[in-house]
Amino acid sequence: MKKVFTKTPVLKPVPFHYCPGCGHSIAHRLVAEVIDEMGMRGKAIGIPPAGCAVLAYNYFDIDMGEAPHGRGTAVATGIKRVLPDRLVFSYQGDGDVAAIGTAETFHSANRGECITCIFINNGVYGMTGGQMAPTTMVGQPTTTSPGGRDPKFHGHTLKFTEILAQLPGTAYAVRTAVHKPAAIRKAKAAIRKAFEVQMAGLGFSVVEILSPCPTNWKMTPVQAIKWIDKQVTKEFPIGVFKDLSAEKSHAD
Amino acid sequence: MKRDEELVLMKGAHVLGEAAIRAGCRYYFGYPITPQNEVPEYMSQRLPEVGGTFLQSESELAAINMVIGASMAGGRVMTSSSSPGISLMQEGLSYIAGQELSVVVSDMIRGGPGLGNVAPSQSDYFQATRGGGHGDYRQIVLAPASIQELADLTYEAFDLADRYRMAVMILGDGMVSQMMEPVRLPVMRDLNDLPKKDWILDGAEGRPSRIVRSLYLDLGVLEEHNWKLVRKYEIVEREEVRYEHFMTDDANMLVVAFGTAARIAKGAVKRARREGLNVGLFRPITLWPFPKDELRELSRRIHNILVFEFNAGQMAEDVQAAVCDQAEVISYARPGGTVPTAQEVARVIAGQYYQREIQ
Repeated sequence: MKKVFTKTPVLKPVPFHYCPGCGHSIAHRLVAEVIDEMGMRGKAIGIPPAGCAVLAYNYFDIDMGEAPHGRGTAVATGIKRVLPDRLVFSYQGDGDVAAIGTAETFHSANRGECITCIFINNGVYGMTGGQMAPTTMVGQPTTTSPGGRDPKFHGHTLKFTEILAQLPGTAYAVRTAVHKPAAIRKAKAAIRKAFEVQMAGLGFSVVEILSPCPTNWKMTPVQAIKWIDKQVTKEFPIGVFKDLSAEKSHAD
Repeated sequence: MKRDEELVLMKGAHVLGEAAIRAGCRYYFGYPITPQNEVPEYMSQRLPEVGGTFLQSESELAAINMVIGASMAGGRVMTSSSSPGISLMQEGLSYIAGQELSVVVSDMIRGGPGLGNVAPSQSDYFQATRGGGHGDYRQIVLAPASIQELADLTYEAFDLADRYRMAVMILGDGMVSQMMEPVRLPVMRDLNDLPKKDWILDGAEGRPSRIVRSLYLDLGVLEEHNWKLVRKYEIVEREEVRYEHFMTDDANMLVVAFGTAARIAKGAVKRARREGLNVGLFRPITLWPFPKDELRELSRRIHNILVFEFNAGQMAEDVQAAVCDQAEVISYARPGGTVPTAQEVARVIAGQYYQREIQ
């Protein structure tokens, strides 16, 4: 019988602790599959975040080093500067990348650090119980914006990948999602592209992944997927905001 | 420690950088702050010459986290700053303790709190010796009192950091950083002789994957991790205490001071001796581990101890704790970036000496 699917060896044989319907499990698998398919298991070094994915090192069978909340790309910078031929990536949430770690992410991108930021955007702080994130949408209720996010009061929804795309050091900036099979396949291709851009030394790469958090959205997994399809992707359009590798190949 | 034959005249900040490079440091991450801007400036020019990496970060917060990454990857790495910048690094220093990373940090203290001033100060003694970050942890704190000692201690700091897998802090002030003195620099280390590390993250090629972390969620596991750190700190306290005696053999009164203050105190002790006062100086070189056993021993025969420091009396608490009630501890404290002269200190010594009718 032909084997059509198997678990990637870059993930340890350990069950995920994530909630039913959470996007982290899918995102983990995609990153691990790409590392495996690129033959980079022995050269990859990952930086897990603070938050729900803090235990990512229990799942990925690669070297992983913990960073303080928000500092993933700074720690990744330190690693990459010592070991420039390794595949170095941070895996961070929206609060991590775009609130407490805004400066570190922004300047890592602007320096053109050859690292990749896997940026999970679920619009809330998951681990701490669903508080407002920089990416929380206008009108969206959270435990710290119970009446819904009001820009006049809570500030505006931050689209950080678009901002990073404007920086000269950013080589690849893309927004993807993991709410349906076609999107998942595109997300995987984007992760692969980001890693290739990094290893080609073109600069900073960021892959934003719109990811469901049914628990904190107070939805069923199916409702959460529909919410991404109908609402989140309207506010956060899926697409490539920058791709220096494409420009380079056109120039060639 | 092998040193160059040649004696060179150099500024403290440059000596700090050069001694680090000679110790095998090839990675520096930092952010400018007075009074130690010459450290990043020197490293930016010198590190590329030896195949190293200098990176000016966007903040001290980023710098210490880059240091964390470089240490995880196995690099001999350092950062340098001064008080307000060191405050920003406390988050990282706590993680470094929990993750057991090998890191060297220099802190050229300036007057505080807040923006304070840029004058020589020792007001961050507590921050350095107690650990300004969260959690139960320690860091080795070395306090040089001359440029030669700055070179030697910086050179040694990297080996200490590797041996114990913890942060080692060089604690000085603007005087140490800005002063020029003749120095014999330690010889350049062969990078091939540096200790191999079996815990670093360099890619799991042909071996099981590794994790560097400080998170231990399960009940009891974090406690065990803490006890492991404590046992390590106990070894450091047993093996690495350093101090200097100056004319303490026949002393009836003891001055205790560290760093630049100790240098001034030495001048004051010499003055007092010329006046016939039997005064000696005890200088802790490691502020943590603090030389408490040696001080306790001294206090069995010297019952008047004057602690002189450029702060409101921080080390005096450690001296008091070390000697208990065997001696009277007098604090001569000068906060706010004030640097008294040896003459002033000698006057205070003489005043206390006569007032207490010490023979």
